[in-house]
Amino acid sequence: MRAFWTRFRRRPPALFGLSVLVLVLLVAVVGPTLYRQDPWDLAGRPFSPPFGQFPLGTDTLGRDLAAGVIHGARVSLLVGLVATAMALSLGTLIGAVAGYRGGWVDDALMRVTEFFQTIPSFIFAVVLVAIFQPSLRSIVVAIAMVSWPAVARLVRGEFIALRHREFVLACEALGMAERAIIFRQILPNAAGPVIVTGSLMVATAVLLESGLSFLGLGDPNLMSWGFMIGSSRSVLRQAWWMSAVPGVAILLTVLALNLVGEGLNDALNPRLQRR
Amino acid sequence: MTGSRLRYAGRRLAQVVPVVLAMVVFNFALLHLAPGDAADVLAGESGSATPEFMAQLRAEFGLDRPLLVQLGFYLRQVLSLDLGFSFRHQLPVLDLILSRLPATLVLMGTAIAVAVTLGSLLGVLAARYVNTWVDGVVSVFALLSYATPIFWIGLMLIVLFGIHLGWLPTHGMALAGTGVAGLGYALDVGRHLILPAATLALFYVALYTRLMRAAMLEVYTLDYVQSARAKGLGEGRVALKHVLRNALLPVVTMAGVQVGHVLGGSVLVETVFGWPGLGRLAFESVFARDVNLLLGLLLFSSVLVVLANLATDLLYSVLDPRIAVR
Repeated sequence: MRAFWTRFRRRPPALFGLSVLVLVLLVAVVGPTLYRQDPWDLAGRPFSPPFGQFPLGTDTLGRDLAAGVIHGARVSLLVGLVATAMALSLGTLIGAVAGYRGGWVDDALMRVTEFFQTIPSFIFAVVLVAIFQPSLRSIVVAIAMVSWPAVARLVRGEFIALRHREFVLACEALGMAERAIIFRQILPNAAGPVIVTGSLMVATAVLLESGLSFLGLGDPNLMSWGFMIGSSRSVLRQAWWMSAVPGVAILLTVLALNLVGEGLNDALNPRLQRR
Repeated sequence: MTGSRLRYAGRRLAQVVPVVLAMVVFNFALLHLAPGDAADVLAGESGSATPEFMAQLRAEFGLDRPLLVQLGFYLRQVLSLDLGFSFRHQLPVLDLILSRLPATLVLMGTAIAVAVTLGSLLGVLAARYVNTWVDGVVSVFALLSYATPIFWIGLMLIVLFGIHLGWLPTHGMALAGTGVAGLGYALDVGRHLILPAATLALFYVALYTRLMRAAMLEVYTLDYVQSARAKGLGEGRVALKHVLRNALLPVVTMAGVQVGHVLGGSVLVETVFGWPGLGRLAFESVFARDVNLLLGLLLFSSVLVVLANLATDLLYSVLDPRIAVR
C-alpha cells in the first residue's frame, strides 16, 4: 500500500486529478448543506450574469446556477459510481465464470458479451431510458448495461492467464469449492486492471449521464449538469455562460477521474511503464 | 489467393446472419418490456389513434396470441424489411430512416476521415519528438478532448465561430430556399458541415493520437528500424516510410470498430447543430416518445455496426497480407 502511494505520488497529473476529485466529492457531499439554495427555486432576476448578486449567475427562469452546479455534482457522481459498481459486478461475474470454466460456457458467455458490445452504446442507453421512463434508477441501469461488456472481456482475459498457475492447481487439488477459487483466490490477483478500468469507467459514466440529461432524459426531479446545458442552449446567443458553466464542471470532473485512473494504472502496474 | 479471400468473406457474412437475427429478437424483447402493451407503444402517445384503430392493431399483431407466435409475426415483418409505422411522422419507419441516412453518413464519414488523418499526424509528431514540449502539448490536448462532453464543445464552437466571429453557419445542412444545385449546393453543405464534423471528430482525434503515438513507439523499438537508421536514412524518412506504415494498422482497425460509438456521438452532435440525420431523428423520437421509431433506429444502427465490422475485417486482411484469411 505504501509502495503504491509512493508511486502514485510521483505523478503530478495524478495528484492534481486526485485533488480536483476530492473537491468535487466535498461539493457533492456537503455542498447542499453549506449553500442553502434550492436549485429549482426562482431565486432572482432571470439572465443575471455571473459574479454579480449570484456567484455564477441565474438561468432563463431565474434559478441560481451555483446551486444547480452543486446539486449536479451529487447526481453526476452518484450515477457514475453506482452505474460503475453495477457494471463491474456484472462484468466481473460473467468474465470470471467464462475465463475459469472455458469450453462451451466461455463460448456462450462471450457471444452474449460481443452481442452487447455490437449494439451502439449511447443509442442503446437512450432507448432503455426512454422505454423505462427517465429516473435515477433507469439511468443507472442503462449506463451499467452498456458498460459491463468491456469489464467481462478484461476479467476473462485475466482469468485465462491465471487459470493454470500453480496456486490455482493447488487449490483445486485441495478440493476447494469453485466459487472460493474464483472469488477468493483468482479475483484478488486480477484486481489491479479491474480497479483501473473501473476508475476510467466512472468518467465515461459521468459523460454518458450528462449526454442523456442533455437530451432531456435525466431524472425530472433532480438537477443535473447535462439538463442545465440542455435547458439553456436555446438562449446561447444572449447568455452563453449558462451553458458554459455546467460544461466546465463536467470537464473538470471527467478530467480528474481520467487523471486518477491513469495514475492508478501506473502505480498498480509498475512494469508497464511507458517509454 | 482471391479464392480463399472470397471464401473468407462468405464465411464472415454467414456469421453475420445469426447476430442480426438475435438483434431482431432483442428488439422484440425491448418492445415488450416497455410499459403498456405493444399496441400502445406502436401507436405512440400521440393520441391520434382511435380505439377502433387500436383494436385493429392488437388483432394485426396477434397480441391475444402466445408470445412465441407474436415473435414469429415480428420476425417475418422485420425480415421483409418492414420496421413498422411512425405515427408521429405518419410515415413508415424504414422510409424515415433511409431518408435521414445520407446526412449522417456524410457527417460520420467526414468526422472519421478527419480524425484518422489528424490523429495519425499528431501521433507521429508526438512519437517523433517523444518527451519534448511537442509531446507534452499533444498529450494535454488529448487529455482535454477526452474529458469534454461532445455536445458542450459543439455549443462552445457555436458561440465562438457562429455568434462571436460570425464565420460559419451553426444550424442545419444547407441554406433553406436558395434553390441552388450542383457545386453551389455542395459548397453550402460543406460550410454547414465544418462545425458539426469538427465537433464529432475531436474525441476521436485525441483517441487516434494516443493510439498512433503508442504504436509508433512500439514499432520504433523493432530491429528493422535500427537497420534503416544504420544504413544512414534520416529520422524523418524512417518515421514516414518505415514506422508509420506498420503503426497505421491499429488505427485503421480502431476506426472500423468504433462506428457504433461514432453513431452515438452523432445523436448529440446532430441535436446541437440541427443536422437532419439519424441522430436528430433519434432525438425527435425521444422528444415525441415515439418508441417504435426509436427501436427501429436501434435495430438499424446495430445492423450498420455489424456490417461496418465485417468491412473492417475484410479491409484488414487486404491491408495486412500476413493475417490468415483461412
